[in-house]
Amino acid sequence: MESAFVSEKIKNRFGDRILLDEMSGDMQCITVKHDGIHDLVRFLYDDEELKFRFLTSINGMHFPDGPEKFSIVIHLHAWTHNYRLRLKAYTSQDPPVFPTFTDIFPAANWMERETYDFFGFRFTGHPDLRRILNVDDMVGFPMRKEFPLEDQARYDKDDKMFGR
Amino acid sequence: MSNITKAPPGYEGPGFFATKIDAVVGLARKNSLWPLPFATSCCGIEFMSTMASHYDLARFGSERLSFSPRQADLLMVMGTIAKKMGPVLRQVYEQMAEPRWVLSVGACASSGGIFDTYSVLQGIDRIIPVDVYVPGCPPRPEQILDGVMRIQELVASESIRRRDSAEYKELMASYGMQ
Repeated sequence: MESAFVSEKIKNRFGDRILLDEMSGDMQCITVKHDGIHDLVRFLYDDEELKFRFLTSINGMHFPDGPEKFSIVIHLHAWTHNYRLRLKAYTSQDPPVFPTFTDIFPAANWMERETYDFFGFRFTGHPDLRRILNVDDMVGFPMRKEFPLEDQARYDKDDKMFGR
Repeated sequence: MSNITKAPPGYEGPGFFATKIDAVVGLARKNSLWPLPFATSCCGIEFMSTMASHYDLARFGSERLSFSPRQADLLMVMGTIAKKMGPVLRQVYEQMAEPRWVLSVGACASSGGIFDTYSVLQGIDRIIPVDVYVPGCPPRPEQILDGVMRIQELVASESIRRRDSAEYKELMASYGMQ
C-alpha cells in the first residue's frame, strides 16, 4: 500500500480536519484535529481497503512550553498490507480529554489506563480508568515534565554533596 | 571431627558440660538457617551462584531454601523493590514466624541504588526492619556469604528473650507491626 493512497482516502473523507500529512522517516504521520481523532481511527478500522485493524500503541506527549500542551499518539498497523501509520491529535486542555478507543479496539483499555497513569489523560467512555502501573495512592503524573525526577522521599541526599 | 562447630563457652567435667541455654539455642539456630530468597533482579543471579556448588551456601547450614515464608528464618531481599512490590514484601515478612532475620543484598534493596525515581522504594528498611546490609551492585557471592555469616553472628549471640523485649516491640511498632 502506498502512502499517497492512504492520504487520498483520508483527505476525501476528512478534508480540513486533517492538519498535517507527512512522512516521518519511513512512517506516514497524520496530525488530525482533536475532534476528528476518534472518527479517523474508526474510519481506518472499518474501511475495506485500508483495514487498519491492529492497535500497536496509544501514548501521550507533554509539551509544557507549547501552545498546545498535550498530544495523543496512536500507532496503527494494517496487517493485510503490512503498513504502519502514526496519528496525532493535540489539545490545550488540562487535563486533556479524549474519547475512548475501547469501542474500536478492546486492547486500548490498558493502553489508555497507562496514558492516564503517566500523563493524566482522561478518556471519556473508558470502562475502568484507573492507574495500572504505579501505586494507587500516587499523587501526580510522573511522565509530565514538571514531575520531579528524583524520589522526594529521600532524606539522605544533601545537595551540597552533589554540587548543586 | 573438623566439620563440627565449636562448643560454646561453659563448664566441662567428666561426663557433663554446662552452658547457657541461649548459647545452645543460638548455636542450633545459627547453623540451620532456612533462607527465603526474595530475588527480583541481578542480585538474585549472584545469589543463585552463591547457592550453587562453587560457593555453596550449604557449608553454613543454609542449603534448604524455604519458598514458604512460614518456615523461613532468614529473608534475603535481593534486587530492586518497586513501590508496587513494597506491600508484597511486607506481607511476606509478616508471614514469617519469629525469630526472623532480614538480609538486604545489594544497593537497590538497601537504598534504592541508582534508581532514585518515583517508582522505586528507596531502601527496604522503609517498610521492614533489616539486620544486615550487603553493599555492591551487584555484590559478589563472597560478599553475600559474608552477609550470611554476619547474620549467623547475630543469631548466635541473640538472647532468647530479645523478641519479647520492650526495645524490640518498639522497633516493630515503628514499622506499624505488632
